Amino acid sequence: MIIPKLALKNILGAGLRTWLNVFVLSLSFVLIIFSQGLLEGMNQQAEEAMIASEIGGGHYRHPAYDPYDPLSLRDAHGPVPGPLAAMAEAGRAAPVLVIQGTAYPQGRLIAVQVKGIDPAQTVLNLPTAFLAAPRAGDDIPVLIGQRMAALGGLKTGDSVTLQWRDARGTFDARDAVVVQVMKTSVQSVDRGQVWVPLDRLREMTGMPGEATFVVVAQGAARPADAAPGGWQFRGQDHFLADIRAMVESKSVGSSIFYAILLALAMLAIFDTQVLALFHRRREMGTLMALGFTRGKVIALFTLEGLLNGVLAALVAAVYGIPLLSWIARTGWALPGDTDSYGFAIGERLFPRYSVALVAGTTGLVLLTTAIVSFLPTRRIARLKPTDALRGRMT
Amino acid sequence: MPETPIIETRDLTKTYSMGLYAIAALDRVSLSFDRGEFAGLVGPSGSGKTTLLNIIGSLDTPSSGSAVVMGQRIESLTHKDAARLRNRHVGFIFQTFNLLPVYTVYENVEFALLLLGLPPAERRRKVMAALEWVHLSDRAASKPAQLSGGQSQRVAIARAMVKEPDIILADEPTANLDAENSHNVLQTMARLNGEFGTTFIFATHDFKVMQYLRRTITLVDGRVDTDRVADGRGGAGGEGGRP
Repeated sequence: MIIPKLALKNILGAGLRTWLNVFVLSLSFVLIIFSQGLLEGMNQQAEEAMIASEIGGGHYRHPAYDPYDPLSLRDAHGPVPGPLAAMAEAGRAAPVLVIQGTAYPQGRLIAVQVKGIDPAQTVLNLPTAFLAAPRAGDDIPVLIGQRMAALGGLKTGDSVTLQWRDARGTFDARDAVVVQVMKTSVQSVDRGQVWVPLDRLREMTGMPGEATFVVVAQGAARPADAAPGGWQFRGQDHFLADIRAMVESKSVGSSIFYAILLALAMLAIFDTQVLALFHRRREMGTLMALGFTRGKVIALFTLEGLLNGVLAALVAAVYGIPLLSWIARTGWALPGDTDSYGFAIGERLFPRYSVALVAGTTGLVLLTTAIVSFLPTRRIARLKPTDALRGRMT
Repeated sequence: MPETPIIETRDLTKTYSMGLYAIAALDRVSLSFDRGEFAGLVGPSGSGKTTLLNIIGSLDTPSSGSAVVMGQRIESLTHKDAARLRNRHVGFIFQTFNLLPVYTVYENVEFALLLLGLPPAERRRKVMAALEWVHLSDRAASKPAQLSGGQSQRVAIARAMVKEPDIILADEPTANLDAENSHNVLQTMARLNGEFGTTFIFATHDFKVMQYLRRTITLVDGRVDTDRVADGRGGAGGEGGRP
């Protein structure tokens, strides 16, 4: 126990030099946790938004449906298999019928996907109830997102001509009225999408009881048949793979930032250790004369360096916890158009600091500090006590 | 039956390599010291005083010959064994005091006992006793920077003496002190030598120190030139040993 006590005494006795190191290191702690927390928050926020608005607990897809091939939409519809229909009836699933269409806002032509969904559904976090609101006239009620509204120059109450092909391939067109412009961070339910009541779309296309895919509610038990009617299930992991890959690629940039911060902090520790080797040689000699072995001197100086890390963690906790908690509550305002990030994130980003992140960062910083503290002290192993006492380096 | 010497060197030689040349700091030095001696190695700079002291203190090893201290052969000690020997049996007093600057006087003196693993109550009793020996009980809470040179050297003496070692090696202990402080420090050491029977060996070329020595060994160019025992007027014991 003597070495830890001495090490603590020595670094506290070093005064300002110690506290400067500790402050720089604590700054690195806080900034690393903040930046990683921001990335983790962005990832989780995007995943949660996509799950709530688009993925749910996963999708059962019509066998012909390929979301990456718009041409597949022509054949990608069929009667909802019994078990899935029963789930929909119980409110644990939401069938969606998708057809290719064209919107003509203000005389312009925009290719759109027309998606039919039950206005009463609660599986997805979409304001579909607006589709069922009582209205005058027989125009098709449509729900669009803010990006689609911006693209077509549309707002709530505007009319737009909608053209589509029915089940037999016949073109048809009718006026639609925008009943609501929804604000969503999930681009894939917004850009180029027009949501209409499911029954109305089935009637418009002559596809009664049909759907392209069925969204299962989160946590809902799936049918015993793994692929009812040949409809394949795609879980959350399948849908989130792309976004996770994107976050992974963005984390490379974050890691560079992480490494620079860590290197700056370690430079301060390394510098202090190297200076200590030159300034405190006589002290090392005295310790050896008093009965310290070289190993104990190395342990003492390494521990002193490491204690900088421990103190930095404590100091970082003192100002970092309130600061980062406040940012986690109020969020971090993102500048400009967040769509360009390629993520389903809102205008404010809410960092998430997991136990693994804090413990991992602390562990990594302490480990690096220990290594950086130890490296210069290896020279002590070659130090002769007589030279040390004269203030010379062997 | 005569008592076995506490320190014995035989043909002790220490050479330093200086590029193509080898310089002999010690050249076949054979000496022995008994328990309770108050002896000094004197001679001009470069005569090998400090080198001999360092080898006796197991801070250095001989190039050839042997040095037996407290029954242990210095040349065959491992680093750990050498550290243990210093810790248990040898106290050092340096010209520049070498107090640890961030510790108080009390903590500096306590340091030697911490390494011995003594319990806190015993440590406290011994530290306070050691500070009493050097008349510095009232400065226990001071930092070394707040002490005069004489006080600092007395703290160093307390630190060396607190573990009640068999041997104290003092390398130019008065070189940084004025005459009055030198005599105070030397009186303190002579008194402790008399009270505890601790063997004191000095390396010095300070005439004030030589006045206190009971045995004076003169080294010249690494060899023992003379080895004289005082006639009994000076030395340790009694009233501090000042002639």
